[in-house]
Amino acid sequence: MLLSALLTGLVLGGTYALIAMGLTLQYGVARIMNLAYGDVIIAAAFGAFVLFNLAGLNPLLGLLIIVPAGFVLSYLIYALMLQPLARRSGDRGRLEVDSILATFGLLFVIQGIALVVFGSGFMSYSFLAVPINILGTPLAANRVLAFALAVLLGGGLYLLLTRTRWGTAIRAVAVAPGSAPLVGIDVDRVARFAFALGGALAAAGGVIISMYLTFSATAGVVFTMKALVVVIMGGVGNIPGALAAGLILGVVETLVASFIDPGLTLAATYLIFLAVLVLRPSGLFGRNAS
Amino acid sequence: MTARNLSLGLLGLVVLALLAAAPFYAGPYPLGLLIGILSYGVLATAWAMFSGPTRYVSLATVAFFGVGAYTVAVLGDVLPYPLILVVAAIIGALLAILVGLATLRLAGVYFVVFTFGLTELVRQLVTYYEVNVTKTLGRYVFLPLGPEHIFWQLLALGGATLVLAWWVRRSRIGLALRVIGDDPVAASHLGIDITRTKLVLFAASAVIMTLAGAIQAPRWTYIEPSIVFNPTVSFLTVIMALLGGPNRLVGPLLGAIPLFLLFEWLSANFPNHYSIILGLLFIAIVFLLPNGVLAFGEGLLNRLRGLTREVAR
Repeated sequence: MLLSALLTGLVLGGTYALIAMGLTLQYGVARIMNLAYGDVIIAAAFGAFVLFNLAGLNPLLGLLIIVPAGFVLSYLIYALMLQPLARRSGDRGRLEVDSILATFGLLFVIQGIALVVFGSGFMSYSFLAVPINILGTPLAANRVLAFALAVLLGGGLYLLLTRTRWGTAIRAVAVAPGSAPLVGIDVDRVARFAFALGGALAAAGGVIISMYLTFSATAGVVFTMKALVVVIMGGVGNIPGALAAGLILGVVETLVASFIDPGLTLAATYLIFLAVLVLRPSGLFGRNAS
Repeated sequence: MTARNLSLGLLGLVVLALLAAAPFYAGPYPLGLLIGILSYGVLATAWAMFSGPTRYVSLATVAFFGVGAYTVAVLGDVLPYPLILVVAAIIGALLAILVGLATLRLAGVYFVVFTFGLTELVRQLVTYYEVNVTKTLGRYVFLPLGPEHIFWQLLALGGATLVLAWWVRRSRIGLALRVIGDDPVAASHLGIDITRTKLVLFAASAVIMTLAGAIQAPRWTYIEPSIVFNPTVSFLTVIMALLGGPNRLVGPLLGAIPLFLLFEWLSANFPNHYSIILGLLFIAIVFLLPNGVLAFGEGLLNRLRGLTREVAR
């Protein structure tokens, strides 16, 4: 029972870590606190659902369509809506408030479209719902696949950020947006790219979630919250931190759901959030608070 | 200045008297609209009382509003009505102090995020309690209160809120809040107890929101977590205050009137596309009117005056 809960928790945590990486790119690099992030995830989940049911496309192939679509869409959102706000606001505080308010509006737009098209019911489809034996505990194959995909994508992103010039530029902007232009980095372009990359990761997370969880048009808020908790817990802009924090959150949630009550998972999430904010505002794995 | 204040106060009293008589001449539908406008006017004014000067954007309005409504639903048969309102106000204050102590020390964005999810958390906790402890989801509210009673109570609450907001703006605490909003570091060097000042105002604004919910509980008859903790209420409160200008006394109230009417019209005519339109409207307001309509209008007026002066020369 405990082992099975732990394994399920790790699998869930892998997905959380993946979606948190996208948000940490958007907030840490592009300086946009995106409250519509979870709704992008849900939109991608609906996309996978439609491709699976109407075109008979399995979600693995769906990823090849939806992830680039998430990238392009986020790129456009940044260029059309957020960049003007970033240019207008001189200081960082102003941009934070403006971007929160604007993406809050965006949340209602995306959610409203999902409600019009799909209604408010819970959705799911059956893909690879066969049990696999791991360490003597049966685990659904789709969950295992979801975990493998999260590791693959997250690992790929980590290599991209640490081993390429592009990644170095992104990290430079995250650490010192003021000094990055001095070494010839185009901060605007990097921010746009990081925001779009974050959107692509959200889309990937959405497809993965749709493989093994039920979702609904109004579930975006909860995913935004979970991604944010993981980001703050891991330290803003810290990719390994997001990975560790995601796994912790997934395990804690599953333990609460299996041993206390499934209705209290969000309460557990919040408790962790508050504890981290009060005790270590820079995150469990972050550098000292500035 | 005093003469102006006096005449403004008199004008306010006249408007108040005219409104107080409304249930005697307005039909049920206009009265319903007036209740809605007043309700959002109260929420937006209370929101701006804290969020205007401090620039801490709270997205938790409906958490307090819903707690007020639920308190009435739970205690409706047990306690006399005025006492229920007192209990609701105390619960709202306690919740606000709890949330405030945990989050008000933190940087703005964490506060926004926490309040953003607070509604969802309170809703889950209430649902959990109802399902597991009382074994019923949803309650009936039977109180002998007609729409006119609700209207008068809201009017009184609205009047009190405006007076409180006016007093806060003039008092030391209002000044302290503005300093905190402009520069928290300077504020703490001036010897302002930042956390306590913010906490007091946050709790006051939360109590008003809780009462607004408690007063309106009898209107629903049937109450369920998904009805009274509807995040759209928080969303509307913020756009109304932003539209009118959160740094003006009557700004939020003036923002509430057109947006509430628009909201009614939209939900009657485009029930399915309602939240899309609202989201777009929100984005447009953030883009076009960062300081609110009143500030925009004044800026326009000043420019016009400058222009006429130049022409006269």
